[in-house]
Amino acid sequence: MAASRMKLELSRVVQGNTRLGLLKEMGRMGQHSLDIPGCLLYTHLGTVPHLTQDTLHTLSSLPAVTQVTLSNMAEHQDVLEEFKGGFKKFAGLHDTVLYCSLHDPAAQCPTGHTTNKTVSVWGSGGRIELTVAKFMALQKTAQPDWYQSMADGETWQASASRKRVRKSVDRTLAHLDECLMVHQKSQELDGVGVFGVVEGGDILEERLRSARETAKRPVAGFCLDGFQTGAMDQVLRSQLISAVTKELPEDKPRLLQGVGRPDEVLACVEAGVDLFEGFFPFQATERGCALCFSFDITPDPESAAPDEEQRTAGETQPNRDLNCVDQTHMTSFEMNLKDKRYQDDFRPLVEGCGCYCCRNHQRAYVHHLLVTNELLAGVLLMIHNTSHYHGFFRAIRAALASDKMDLLRRRVLGNGKK
Amino acid sequence: MAATINSEADGNIKESSMSFKKALTAVQPLSLRIVAECPVTKARACDLTLPHCTVSTPVFMPVGTQGTLKGITVDQLEVLGCQICLGNTYHLGMRPGPELIEKANGLHGFMNWKRNLLTDSGGFQMVSLVELSEVTEEGVKFKSPYDGKEILLSPEKSISIQNSLGSDIMMQLDDVVSSTVRGPRVEEAMHRSIRWLDRCIAANKHPDRQNLFAIIQGGLDAELRKACLDEMTQRDVPGFAIGGLSGGEEKDDFWRMVTLSTDHLPREKPRYLMGVGYAVDLVVCVALGCDMFDCVFPTRTARFGSALVPWGSLQVKQKQFAKDFQPIDPDCQCPTCKRHSRAYLHALFKSDTAAMHHVTIHNIAYQLTLMRSVRQSIVEGRFPEFIRTFMKRLFPSRDQYPSWAVEALASVNVTLE
Ligand SMILES: [Zn+2]
Ligand SMILES: [Zn+2]
Repeated sequence: MAASRMKLELSRVVQGNTRLGLLKEMGRMGQHSLDIPGCLLYTHLGTVPHLTQDTLHTLSSLPAVTQVTLSNMAEHQDVLEEFKGGFKKFAGLHDTVLYCSLHDPAAQCPTGHTTNKTVSVWGSGGRIELTVAKFMALQKTAQPDWYQSMADGETWQASASRKRVRKSVDRTLAHLDECLMVHQKSQELDGVGVFGVVEGGDILEERLRSARETAKRPVAGFCLDGFQTGAMDQVLRSQLISAVTKELPEDKPRLLQGVGRPDEVLACVEAGVDLFEGFFPFQATERGCALCFSFDITPDPESAAPDEEQRTAGETQPNRDLNCVDQTHMTSFEMNLKDKRYQDDFRPLVEGCGCYCCRNHQRAYVHHLLVTNELLAGVLLMIHNTSHYHGFFRAIRAALASDKMDLLRRRVLGNGKK
Repeated sequence: MAATINSEADGNIKESSMSFKKALTAVQPLSLRIVAECPVTKARACDLTLPHCTVSTPVFMPVGTQGTLKGITVDQLEVLGCQICLGNTYHLGMRPGPELIEKANGLHGFMNWKRNLLTDSGGFQMVSLVELSEVTEEGVKFKSPYDGKEILLSPEKSISIQNSLGSDIMMQLDDVVSSTVRGPRVEEAMHRSIRWLDRCIAANKHPDRQNLFAIIQGGLDAELRKACLDEMTQRDVPGFAIGGLSGGEEKDDFWRMVTLSTDHLPREKPRYLMGVGYAVDLVVCVALGCDMFDCVFPTRTARFGSALVPWGSLQVKQKQFAKDFQPIDPDCQCPTCKRHSRAYLHALFKSDTAAMHHVTIHNIAYQLTLMRSVRQSIVEGRFPEFIRTFMKRLFPSRDQYPSWAVEALASVNVTLE
């Protein structure tokens, strides 16, 4: 098998864990690169929710990697087989690296359907059971640049026993070995990167075993599964991730699944995570909210000024429950534009934001679109939220490059001193 | 041109002398230049200059009911070449309300649309709310579906809201009767609409920048329509709409009322046929002499996955397109057809609302492109030929041509072989 050409070049490692760098020579032609810490472009079947190519490309500097999930794609297997050109071409995605994951991080996945030989994904028509053979057939027709190996990730409930956790680690390693065996024999997957999945629930020794074993296999990177928001508190999550990442080779990226809240992202970056799934802006959009948290770390107090006002906007509806399982709940990083007080507010969503929505529209208009259930509300919010969130990741990299992570954390958590 | 000479001097203007001067120096709110007239039919191609830009007619105007066009941004609409779109006074008057829109610098400012807007009177929605409404000489009384409050929509109130919205073209409040109703109620409604027109003209606070169109009523009764035309064309309004049609009447009645109206409307003013937007209807009614059209159909049907094509329509959600890797219309130049296949759109309908936006964009592009081709053919003097080609493409065979269309076209000297 020709290994994936992708290279990870670290420019800085802070406190032994936190990494700043560049993923280079990605994609089959090796023409793409992605800064880390970074975030993937979240999609439904290759489309950023609510957006067409026109509205998506009002956003500057989109991430070079697009995520698509098997839960969306599996039901179209016969179509993709007949199409033959791979998923990117099918979805009209011309210039991106495609990463294929198992589940949709923004959708709750029913549990109780994994077996020794299968995992299940939920599409629009219901449950689809995947064996390794079927899973690999999907990868061969989809032809992504990276894909997440098949995994049993049903260990995040508090009730998961040690035995169940151990079984999930064993199964996931077995799936990986089977996937790799098929992968290595498949011409179609030459140059495609497999991401091994680290499981282990909240049990440290299982986490370490899963990490060490996975690291022995010829994988291109690692998915850290079972850490999603609601599965555990951030202290434990940080401890486990720090322990896990110490076991992983330095030169391969670590992608954390199911974590998107800004405070959690910061903590996980510090624990050694390189990549995140970009679903958080979508969740905020679906609840009619605009991301408005501050991440400005420029020393100029003038440019930091509007953030104070933004923060107050968010703070009046605080929800600082860090263990909020229900992801439909509003967080303190956003403003609820359905709120009546925005009905005659003629300011942009976030002062100084350069996105299409903020350059052209006002809070009062977006409020009106939300209360009248107009489709444009989702379009405009998705543009703003995506822009804001990717700006946050740029700020993380800038903070890492200039030793300002403490300042950034204070800003994001809303108690930064100007 | 009569339409551009407003009554600045007649002392009716209650505004201060400051704004009076402004009215004199302001850009005239409407002028119509006839670019070409079809030598065979009654079709014409015009440049209709309105406060925000010039509109090439014949024109289809997409409907943005609540100050937005169904998931499409104003930039996308501009790129598609849309020069005028609609807003609904009834909906916008309820939410967010005229005061708020006025604060936002009118509907243009509120939705950030740089081109022209046309608003209806709010009266048409009463047909659908007829159980809740009561028509008197004063206006239409109805209960708000939002808070149950009784509201009177008088001609003055309608114009006051439309003045707040700041549309380039406002419609008079008319007494709307379903086009299938016959008898004395139709006559009463016609006469009342004339009286309400006069009240609307008097109520317009911005005749210097907002055009008020009269609406010809009279149901399906030729005598009544003629009487209404005689009365209304005596008023110095900048344009006329043909109303009270496209409400479920027989197509035979429909086209006869349209052609009767255009026969008696002044050549130098624009004619707007309300609520018409099916491709055949558009082409036939252009031949009958209409300039402007609107309809919710192309955008509404798009959300159900129905894409308009020169050979009819294509239901993207149907199974037969699951493995069809062509664009909706291989000849269409819209952003959707340039990037996506029927199969991808079919699949995307199961995953994301963006699928609707793709078809909406295509359908608006289809309508606007159709009208541009119609105009081009009129300018080049080959409109009758255009009609024949268009019909051949749309219908699989001659015997499937709707008889009303054949008759209507024959009435303007176009025979379909
Ligand atoms: Zn913005
Ligand atoms: Zn198209």
